[in-house]
Amino acid sequence: MTIHIRQLTKTYKLGVERVHALAGVDLDITQNEFVAIMGASGSGKSTLMHILGCLDRPTTGSYDLNNKPMHKMGSAGLARVRNEEIGFIFQSFELLNRASALKNVMLPMIYSRKHWLTARSRAKRALERVNLADRIGHKPNQLSGGQRQRVAIARALVNEPSILLADEPTGNLDSTTTNEIIDLFKQLHDEGQTIVIVTHEEEVASHAQRIVRLRDGIVESDHPTAEDPIHRRWLAGAAAAAQEAADNTEPRPSQGHDTPATGASA
Amino acid sequence: MILFRIALQTFGLALGQIWSNKVRSLLTTLGVIIGVASVVAVIAALQGLKTTVLDEFEKLGANRVYIDGQLPRSMWATGSWRDVQLKLHEIETIRERCPSITSITPELWRSYPTEYGDRKLDSVPTVGIWPTWHDIVGRQIIQGRPFIPIDESDRRFVCIINDKAIEELDLPREPVGEYLRIAGKRFLIVGVVETVTLNLFGGGDSSAEVFVPFGTAQVLAPRAWISHAWGSLSSPEHVDDAKAEIAFVLRKMRELTAEDEDTFQIEVIQQFIDQFNAMAKGITAGASGIVGISLLVGGIGIMNIMLVSVSERTREIGLRKAIGARPGVILVQFLVESVTLCLAGGAIGLAAGQGLISLIRSIPESPLKDASVPAWAVILAVGFSASTGVIFGMFPAIKAARLDPIEALRHD
Ligand SMILES: Nc1ncnc2c1ncn2[C@@H]1O[C@H](COP(=O)(O)OP(=O)(O)O)[C@@H](O)[C@H]1O
Ligand SMILES: [Mg+2]
Repeated sequence: MTIHIRQLTKTYKLGVERVHALAGVDLDITQNEFVAIMGASGSGKSTLMHILGCLDRPTTGSYDLNNKPMHKMGSAGLARVRNEEIGFIFQSFELLNRASALKNVMLPMIYSRKHWLTARSRAKRALERVNLADRIGHKPNQLSGGQRQRVAIARALVNEPSILLADEPTGNLDSTTTNEIIDLFKQLHDEGQTIVIVTHEEEVASHAQRIVRLRDGIVESDHPTAEDPIHRRWLAGAAAAAQEAADNTEPRPSQGHDTPATGASA
Repeated sequence: MILFRIALQTFGLALGQIWSNKVRSLLTTLGVIIGVASVVAVIAALQGLKTTVLDEFEKLGANRVYIDGQLPRSMWATGSWRDVQLKLHEIETIRERCPSITSITPELWRSYPTEYGDRKLDSVPTVGIWPTWHDIVGRQIIQGRPFIPIDESDRRFVCIINDKAIEELDLPREPVGEYLRIAGKRFLIVGVVETVTLNLFGGGDSSAEVFVPFGTAQVLAPRAWISHAWGSLSSPEHVDDAKAEIAFVLRKMRELTAEDEDTFQIEVIQQFIDQFNAMAKGITAGASGIVGISLLVGGIGIMNIMLVSVSERTREIGLRKAIGARPGVILVQFLVESVTLCLAGGAIGLAAGQGLISLIRSIPESPLKDASVPAWAVILAVGFSASTGVIFGMFPAIKAARLDPIEALRHD
C-alpha cells in the first residue's frame, strides 16, 4: 500500500472560529494508481494534497506513506521525505525565473543526499522524459505555459518519487496545453508512476482510473472513473454536445475553450 | 556534509548575484566598505607613523637622558630662567654622584661667524662638548678622530665639523688638517661627524654644525650658559633610578625644600616613545569606535537588504522547502549570502584602504612613507566583515528558515 490514511482531520483556527478543512478522511492509494481528487472549491482538496505531500501535518488521524507514519515525523524528516519520496506539481509551476530549465530541474538534487553527484545527467534525463530535451538552456520566460509545467513535472520526477502529486496542474493552461500535460501524465502512469491529481475538470478526471470526491472535508464518493455517477452524467452530456457540434453544418477548427466537448471527442 | 556542500554552492551563487547587481550590492555594503577601508587606513597610517617616529627616537638614542633647567610655573612671576640653567659643577656632581648615569656631557650652543678661505658664513651653530659626547650621542665619526680628553683639558682650538659644513664652507672633500676661522680664531679641523637629520622635528633641513671642546667654547664665550646636558643610562631599566638620583643631586645643590617644585627637567627618550605609544593607542581606540559605528550601520544595511531579499523570494523559499530543503539548509543559504555580501564589501574596503595608503605614501617627505597594511589588519578586516554578515544576516536567515512552505507558496 503506497498511501494509507485513516480518520485524517485538519482544523484551522481563525481567531475563535475553527475551520474543519478535513473532517475525517479515510483513503488508500496503491502503487501505480492514477487518482483524481475532485470537489467544490473549499472542500479540502488542497489541504489533503499538502498533507499527502508532507508539506503539512494532520491535526489528528494517521497517514502512512510506504508503511512509514508521516504524522509522527519532525520537520527535518518530512523535508527528507519530500525530497526523496514525493514529487509535487503546483498550479503556478513555481519555477525559478533566473535559472534555466536544467537548473530548475536540478534544484531538488541540491538538497538530496544521494543524487547530487549525478544531478546534471539525471536532470537531462528527466527533461527528456517530458520531451523537453531541446529546451534545456531556456529560462522559464522563454517557454510557453505548457512547457513550463513540463519543466516543473521533470523537476518533480527527477528524484524518482514514489508518488506524484499535482494540485490543479492544468488550472493555468488552455485546453490544448491541458491535453498535452494530461497525455504526459498518462505516459508517466503507463511507465509505472503513482499519480494523484486535483482537478475540477471532468475532462481531466476522465483520464484517471479513479475519482475521489470531497465535500466539506470528508470523502463524499470514491469510485473507479467509469462507475462514477457524476462523471457518467458528464460523459453523456459531453456526447450530446459533441453530437450537437457535429450537427452544425460549419465545423470550426477545434479550438473551443468553453466546452469540454472538443477535448472529449478528440 | 550536505550543509557544507550547500554553503559552497550558495557562495558561488551569491558571488554571481553580487556581480549581476553591482550597484545595489555596492550601495548595500557601503557601510562595511567604509568601515573596513577606514580601519585599514588608520592602522596602516599609525603603523607608518610609528616606524618613522621610532626611527627618529632611535637616532636620538633610547638610553639617553636629557637634563635642562626649567622654571616651574609657580615661579614665572618671581624667578628668571637664568637662575635655573645648569651649572658646570652641577653636571660634574651628577657625573660623580649618580651611579645610574654612566657618562654625561654638557652642550653649550652658540653661533659664530665662520670662515674658510674666502668663504664666510655669518652664523654657524657651534657646540661645546665633552669627549664623552661621542659615546652618549652616538654620531659616527666619518673622517679624522673624535675629541680626546687632552683636547678638553688643554682647551685646544680644534673642531669637528659635520659633512654638511664641508659643502657649505667649500672645504676640500677631506678637510681634516685644514683650518677654520671661528669668531676670528684659528681652529684645526680634526674630524668629520655624520649629519643626523630629524625629519619629524625641525624638518629635513640640516645645516652646517661645528663642535669644539667644551672648555674651548667657554674661552670663546666666558659668560655663556650651558644649554643642556645629555647623560647616558647604564641600562634602560634604570630610568627611574637615574631620574631619582639626578633629581636628588640637583634639589640638594639648589637647596630646594620639600614644598619647592623642581627647577629642572629630566627627560628620557623612552618616555617619549611611551607617550607616543599611548597616543597611538588612543587614536586606534578612537578609530575603532568609528569603525564599530560604520560596521553597525553597514550591518543594518545588510540586514535590511537581506530582509528585502527574504521577502522578495518568499515563494522561492517555499518552493525550496517543498522540494526538500530543511530549515537548517535555508538558514545556511541565507547566512552564506549575507556573509558573502559582507566579505565582498570587506574586500572592496581593503582595496580602498590600500589605495588611500598608497596615495598618502606618495606625498613627498610624508612622515607616513612607511605606512603599510599589516597582515593582522587584513585578517581583522576579513574577520570583522564576516562576523557582520553572520550577526546581521542571522535574523533574516532565521526568518527565512522558519517560513511555512504552504504560506510561502501563497505569497505574491
Ligand atoms: N491556512 C488556512 N487557514 C485557515 N483556513 C484555511 C487555511 N487553508 C485552508 N483553509 C480553509 O480550509 C478549507 C479547505 O481549503 P482548501 O483545502 O484550500 O480547499 P480546496 O483546495 O478544495 O479549494 C477552506 O474553507 C479554506 O478556507
Ligand atoms: Mg485548492
